[in-house]
Amino acid sequence: MRVAVVRFPGSNCDLDAVQAIRTVPGMKADLVWHEDPAISGYDAAVLPGGFSFGDYLRAGAIAARSPALRHVSRMADGGVPVLGICNGFQILVEAGLLPGALLKNTTLKFVCKWTNVRVENTNTPFTRAFKEGQILRVPIAHSEGRYYLPERDLRRLEDDGGVAFRYCDERGRAVESANPTGTLGNIAGVCNEMGNVVGLMPHPERATESILSPSGSSDGRHIFESLLRND
Amino acid sequence: MSKVGLFSVKVVVSNAEGASDPEGETIYRDLVSKSGFTQVKGIRSGKFLRISVEAPDAKTARELVAKMCDDLRIYNPAAHSLTVEV
Repeated sequence: MRVAVVRFPGSNCDLDAVQAIRTVPGMKADLVWHEDPAISGYDAAVLPGGFSFGDYLRAGAIAARSPALRHVSRMADGGVPVLGICNGFQILVEAGLLPGALLKNTTLKFVCKWTNVRVENTNTPFTRAFKEGQILRVPIAHSEGRYYLPERDLRRLEDDGGVAFRYCDERGRAVESANPTGTLGNIAGVCNEMGNVVGLMPHPERATESILSPSGSSDGRHIFESLLRND
Repeated sequence: MSKVGLFSVKVVVSNAEGASDPEGETIYRDLVSKSGFTQVKGIRSGKFLRISVEAPDAKTARELVAKMCDDLRIYNPAAHSLTVEV
């Protein structure tokens, strides 16, 4: 399994993502510049976190029109797994590969903290290694992570299993006190109808090696391990 | 041959009605209301772009910018409303 981690001007979690993927036996990861057509030759693509193009206009809006997204869009249409982490999620939303919008957090603050996230849909190439309802301990770090969809579209997303991850408390309850950003329905991540395109605000790549995370969590690793599971 | 002029087209992107706007709400609640401007009943914030466009007339300039905003997704239709004025 060869994974392209796409680097945009302003990406800053790209090397972490490469490192995280390489910790999984059987997986290779390369850093690929966003203008490099080589992206389309990979088995999966990861759009990492950061501040692509300085977040100008709107987080992810300019990267969504970069050459990389033409390739990623074709890959997504063909069923290739595509993961967007934080700014990568914002890019996928702005490119129209995932529904909705990521608005400024209700508090207007940059929120940097560890969160509990519940897996809502295990039927995607990035969540197969989890049990439904399993709780991950993963950090968030962003200003624009308040997921928004008009009410009718949100209901359809929920009904179709489009919510992949939800913020929750230690017992797995998606309560308001566990919602760090004011995101609708505690939504932390979504997937497309086919399930092969997944975006999430938390950073699984920052929770893949227990020695490197303050809580000892390596839960994020299962997101990348899922890619090797075909069931 | 028709003359071409330079038009200044103003674009405002703001959160649509259903999407809350914490920045506008904070300006309204913590600055304006608290300063005694009781006639002000609400504030919505947004992003402003002034775009210089060569076009034969104002209508064409406006239409070109509106199309550009759609094509390049200058706004996100899931969450934003757009106003385009010359």
